[in-house]
Amino acid sequence: MNGKTSIFRLLTLGFGYGFLYLPIVSVVIYSFNASAMVTVWGGFSTHWYGALFQDQQVLNALGLSLEVAFLSATIALVMGTLAGYVLARFGVFSGRTLFSGMVTAPLVVPEVIGAIATLLLFVDMKELIGWPSSRGAGALAVAHAAYTLSYGAVVVQSRLADMDRSVEEAAQDLGARPWKVFMVITLPIISPALVSGWLLAFSLSLDDVVTSAFVAGPGATTLPLYVFASVKLGVKPEINAIGTIIVAVVATATIISGVWVTHRERSRMRSVNKLREEELQAIGSLTAA
Amino acid sequence: MSDGPTHGAKSFRLPISGRLLVISVPYFWLLLFLLLPMLIVLEISFSEARIGIPPYQPILQFVENRYLEIKLNFGNYNYLFTDDIYVSAYFNSVKVAFFSTILCLLIGYPMAYGIARSEPGQRTVLLMMVIMPFWTSFLIRIYAWIGILKENGIFNNLLLAVGLIHQPIAILNTPAAVYIGMVYGYLPFMILPLYTNLEKLDGSLLEAAADLGARPWKTFLEVTLPLSMPGVLAGSLLVFIPACGEYVIPSLLGGPNTYMIGTQIAGEFFLNHDWPVASAVAIALLVILLLPIVWYQRLEARNRGGAG
Repeated sequence: MNGKTSIFRLLTLGFGYGFLYLPIVSVVIYSFNASAMVTVWGGFSTHWYGALFQDQQVLNALGLSLEVAFLSATIALVMGTLAGYVLARFGVFSGRTLFSGMVTAPLVVPEVIGAIATLLLFVDMKELIGWPSSRGAGALAVAHAAYTLSYGAVVVQSRLADMDRSVEEAAQDLGARPWKVFMVITLPIISPALVSGWLLAFSLSLDDVVTSAFVAGPGATTLPLYVFASVKLGVKPEINAIGTIIVAVVATATIISGVWVTHRERSRMRSVNKLREEELQAIGSLTAA
Repeated sequence: MSDGPTHGAKSFRLPISGRLLVISVPYFWLLLFLLLPMLIVLEISFSEARIGIPPYQPILQFVENRYLEIKLNFGNYNYLFTDDIYVSAYFNSVKVAFFSTILCLLIGYPMAYGIARSEPGQRTVLLMMVIMPFWTSFLIRIYAWIGILKENGIFNNLLLAVGLIHQPIAILNTPAAVYIGMVYGYLPFMILPLYTNLEKLDGSLLEAAADLGARPWKTFLEVTLPLSMPGVLAGSLLVFIPACGEYVIPSLLGGPNTYMIGTQIAGEFFLNHDWPVASAVAIALLVILLLPIVWYQRLEARNRGGAG
């Protein structure tokens, strides 16, 4: 690589990352602004964080958001794991094309369409069976899970496709029932995929605006809905504080998982290298003989 | 991908009833919460609006308790094609999504290329830095642009301070702000598939091209670019499709005259309470996107088939 290309590379990466991080950095900086005027710097202050934790509306919205995200991520995990398992292991069955189409559709269909569809379903369901009567946390959790289960299913499916099947087969040959094989062998092996699937569904639900805006009944204000409504009226310093807290949580989680992944990769590399060395030695001893 | 015969051989490990149960639980869930809602939208898009609860006339009705009467009303669709606002909203959505995709490609490709050419250690960090904004609240990140772009915002203050402009320029609530938001919001969706593709690129091909005397630029155009087309296509579809139906970005950054389909559906639904027209708008959007969606699913299936 010559000098010219590496300068070009530095410039594009610098511009790109600057673009990606400028808004985030500005939110963090202005969250510590003493002035209520969002763009005029009035000195350092943590005033807005204090205001945030005393704002009952914000706290209620946060509570509802966490409840919905927890419920929906759990539903999405169970359904997504089943769907991913069916897609990875059950081969051809009648209706498979429709099934896999339905699993992947939420990944590509614009969210507004799904949101309006779910709302109309809930309206009809209320007529028929009386649920969801007020479209609160439960209804929101189901609405989110309907669309986030796809992510879980895809993660689980690809993990199952990569997995070494011989352990499962051994357990089966030793007489374990299918259910037991799944619980004792398969589930622990794919558990990292389950964790990341759950986290993905959780964070997607926690951040969702569009589906919630359509589906939520009056009174069911999630944190993003609260933010969306107040932002439409103008920039508010408290929103910067909310944003900064989210950034801090995400950054911590990303760094922890990043370190964990690198660590795992390194130890895998080490074991691969060791295998290679042994292989080379074996070949060496063979040729020597 | 494990191939056909092994699938068949391994499928009967579960007794038939257990297998049926494992399939039917997620199947039922998906039918109820994904397919049925879409059918309801389709049904309502053919119904007539009325004042009442629900605010539409059912299209299926029993007449004198004996005959099933189906009344299809194409008026909503006719309305979409004749009403100026809808025609321009569709046109505008596709236009904004298209140019946002091109801009994402222009910014994302060099970035993905730069990351893929970095040392492995750096690569992980750089990649993490692309993914992190993606996990951070989309809403907050779009909201941040209001503070940057508004009349007395960071951008204008900076330009004023440098002396490039003497009066604040209006960016917020203009199409430019929508483009900035779109490119910003969807850039990671472009970079990630491109990176996955470019990372797999065989370095020896580039060396071979260089050894044969090709200039770097020519190597790029004739080797790297053609080989990375699947990544370009996947990234472009991942940006284009959601951008067409985007709701948050135009409602926060676009002005009152930014007509896009996503905001139009919401307006028809919440402000006009015209469920049939809102449903017809949604169905029409889906029809426009059907080709790219099916295309993308094919691409995905092929990639997964090849990789597994």
